[in-house]
Amino acid sequence: MKLAYWMYAGPAHIGTLRIASSFKNVQAIMHAPLGDDYFNVMRSMLEREREFTPVTTSVVDRKVLGRGSQDKVVDNIVRKDKEDTPDLIILTPTCTSSILQEDLTNFVARAQLSSDAAVMLADVNHYRVNELQAADRTLAQVISFYLDKMETLPERTAQPSVNILGSTTLGFHNDHDIKELRKLFEDLGIAVNVVAPKGCSIAELKNLSKAWFNVAPYREIGPLAAQYLQERCGQPYIDITPMGVVETARFVRRIQQILSEQGHTVDYEPYIKHQTFEVSQMAWFSRSIDCQNLQGKRVVVFGDTTHAAAMTKILAREMNVTVVFCGTFCKYDEEWLKKEVSEYCEQVVATDDHALIGNMIAKAEPAAIFGTQMERHIGKRLNIPCGVISSPIHIQNFPVGYRPFLGYEGTNHIADLVYNSFTLGMEDHMLEVFSGHDTKEVITKALTADTDLEWDMASTKELGKVPGFVRSKVKRNTEKFAREQKFSKITLEVMYAAKEAAGA
Amino acid sequence: MQAAVGPQFECETGNYHTFCPISCVAWLYQKIEDSFFLVIGTKTCGYFLQNAMGVMIFAEPRYAMAELEEGDISAKLNPFEELKGLCEQVKRDRNPSVIVWIGTCTTEIIKMDLEGIATQVEGALGVPIVVARANGLDYAFTQGEDQVLAAMARRCPAGVASEEEKKERGGLKTLLTFTKKEEKPKPVHPPLVLFGSLIDPVVNQLTLELQKQGVTVSGWLPAPRFGELPVITPETYVVGVNPFLARTASVLGRTMRSKLISAPFPIGPDGTRAWIEAICRDLGVQPKGLEEREQKIWSTLAEDVAFLKGKTVFFMGDNLLEISLARFLIRCGMKVQEIGIPYLDRRYQGAEIDLLTQTCEMMGHESVKIVEKPDNYYQLQRIKELKPDLVITGMAHANPLEARGVNTKWSVEFTFSQIHGFTNSHDILRLVRKPLDRNNALRTLGWEKLIQEV
Repeated sequence: MKLAYWMYAGPAHIGTLRIASSFKNVQAIMHAPLGDDYFNVMRSMLEREREFTPVTTSVVDRKVLGRGSQDKVVDNIVRKDKEDTPDLIILTPTCTSSILQEDLTNFVARAQLSSDAAVMLADVNHYRVNELQAADRTLAQVISFYLDKMETLPERTAQPSVNILGSTTLGFHNDHDIKELRKLFEDLGIAVNVVAPKGCSIAELKNLSKAWFNVAPYREIGPLAAQYLQERCGQPYIDITPMGVVETARFVRRIQQILSEQGHTVDYEPYIKHQTFEVSQMAWFSRSIDCQNLQGKRVVVFGDTTHAAAMTKILAREMNVTVVFCGTFCKYDEEWLKKEVSEYCEQVVATDDHALIGNMIAKAEPAAIFGTQMERHIGKRLNIPCGVISSPIHIQNFPVGYRPFLGYEGTNHIADLVYNSFTLGMEDHMLEVFSGHDTKEVITKALTADTDLEWDMASTKELGKVPGFVRSKVKRNTEKFAREQKFSKITLEVMYAAKEAAGA
Repeated sequence: MQAAVGPQFECETGNYHTFCPISCVAWLYQKIEDSFFLVIGTKTCGYFLQNAMGVMIFAEPRYAMAELEEGDISAKLNPFEELKGLCEQVKRDRNPSVIVWIGTCTTEIIKMDLEGIATQVEGALGVPIVVARANGLDYAFTQGEDQVLAAMARRCPAGVASEEEKKERGGLKTLLTFTKKEEKPKPVHPPLVLFGSLIDPVVNQLTLELQKQGVTVSGWLPAPRFGELPVITPETYVVGVNPFLARTASVLGRTMRSKLISAPFPIGPDGTRAWIEAICRDLGVQPKGLEEREQKIWSTLAEDVAFLKGKTVFFMGDNLLEISLARFLIRCGMKVQEIGIPYLDRRYQGAEIDLLTQTCEMMGHESVKIVEKPDNYYQLQRIKELKPDLVITGMAHANPLEARGVNTKWSVEFTFSQIHGFTNSHDILRLVRKPLDRNNALRTLGWEKLIQEV
């Protein structure tokens, strides 16, 4: 047992559900108690999703504990098959089913007999893998589920083409990233064959082998599928994240190399140059006086491995900022991160203990933090600005405006994010140096009405409990009511009567 | 007018969305100021709480997960040693007056003897440990509070507590905040204890409301501090303020031998009046001025009532407040098409169901359909057919329904808003009206349905 207040990565089933809900016409059935379908709330809220989330629960309750859930699970799968006619149903185990140790494989086999949809059991263990690892596995599992069965695979396309692997629901700025990558490939004259899993149908999966190569831009989700396709279809894959000017160029050069290995010679250098000089503002930004002011500033970076590594490289290599430490909560991937960023930062940490990170930040006293929502709140407490660069995230990190992190447009967004974090901090600091807004008092005076009314102890205390942002409104309304009703002293009763009368 | 307008009861598959009952820690740790809640469960529980509590999680809440690892599940680790270790840490860091253990699905399935272990850890640490099994195998959402309060009810002193005892129960902290209160005049009626966790302003409002009738509230379960749990004797009358507290009621009645007042719940002016009347009746107090009080509140609601009259509403059901809210909305002239509810205790909610029946009769409303353990999929089919003006539902369905041109209100808001008593009646209607007003305002823009329908 361990004491835990906060976790960076969710439980395994969340990863499986992210994959299932990314595909078109795929249903997930969770084997779980009532209330474990919180995933649906998150998807519906954070992504403002218009469709019903294709996740249902085969509820484990007291009765199931007594009798076993076999009929129930099978019935629920068959029922879902009839109701929504999905192409695939993924039975998703949870922490509860892990300990019940029921023969879910057998339920799936039985349900398959009476379902038109294909049925599979997600192969993830709650106690061994987290959300991200589970998502990576499930994606590879779904792909192999179909491709293993195919005797002949479709031939590759005549012209260069690519699959993009690892885009998921609830992924950090995923939709924007994919849009940017599509644009990049269009610019390079490479057709996008399949993007999976987000928005991909099962029928499309069968065409995966047509692409010349795969890209898995995210370190956490996609590489296993790419590796599988390399073995099964002989497709090479690129695991470089095209985030930042330098890495994007490296990504494009690697594509050039892969294409030429397959007998298609291209020269992307002029393209890289044009994008770096004209489309991305990052190169010019790092040369400009603005960025000169950032030189030597100390920052800390924390997030998933993909974003932590890329941000560290951007900050150190492209902006000449000092990265005190670069950290990740993907403890299982510490070696990779070390390899990627050791030369760009003073220290690499892998931990999922937010308190440890909080202490490290407090000790480092950086000028800015680039982290998750947790680091943003640590920053708030310590009065240090923070740019959010990785999950876990809130609804404000699902912007409706176009905000990719990848590709050339991504570099512009990152430049803004970095610069805005720093200037906010500077502005704050300057205000402090010049002892704040000198207009502060004038403004607050005008906003508080002088009062001839007396608030007794109880009502003063009660007013203190009203949330700050409406307190003055409640105060004004109450006093207005008291004056009208000729009360000279405001008691609890007067307060409540005012509320009743105002209907507010 | 029809003769029998009592509700029709149905029961579906129980395939519905609701919050896990462990969510009760979110409001209970704030209510009981000297408590610490320890949820003994897995990452799944932690993930839910962390996301459902939103920004509260960053405010160093007095709650934590005792996260079970593989060794705990396979019984390689001794649960007593593990829990003792964690609670020692909690005691050291936070020094709470009570630690509440929340049992989860996992502790149920592996049959961890929490009650037994708690007695031992309590002895070793000297901090009271209350065990509540608030798991998703047996309960829904607000029933979590019921489990915690039922467990606390057993800790209520059975006789008048001496100051010494209070100190003992409150731990060191009460010593620091201890001030001698002035002696209150002894009430003319038997002692009355209210149960149900409400935020302090609402507690004050209801207390004052009863005071106007000459009724003194001797205590609340829960109290703001663990050391101030109310005295429960066989002479004590108890009454619930929320519809989901059936188990607490039964512990107070059967185990603690107090007298349970059967009343509708103080939600809406009609409910509040009936609630006060039932209390006065049982305590032998003559109520005064209640009718005028109720009428006065209705007059402030007139505009909203006129707006809502004749509009249809569908409760998908997830928090057990549904029957009381539906009854109030019928009284406002709305037509209720379905009341979904996770679980209905017909004894505890008996008076509320009677009031619902009377209200239907009075308003000429047809017999209401109450669906226990609803099936969300079937409900969505019915919503498609019935086209209600408003669906009260969880967040999982709200956005998809809005995209289909259906007005929705997020049901959880009713749990966290002030909805009790005369004073807050308007807040309920404001919640109900909000989506209708918003969507009316947008009506002329021509984008009511924002999906391609097959």
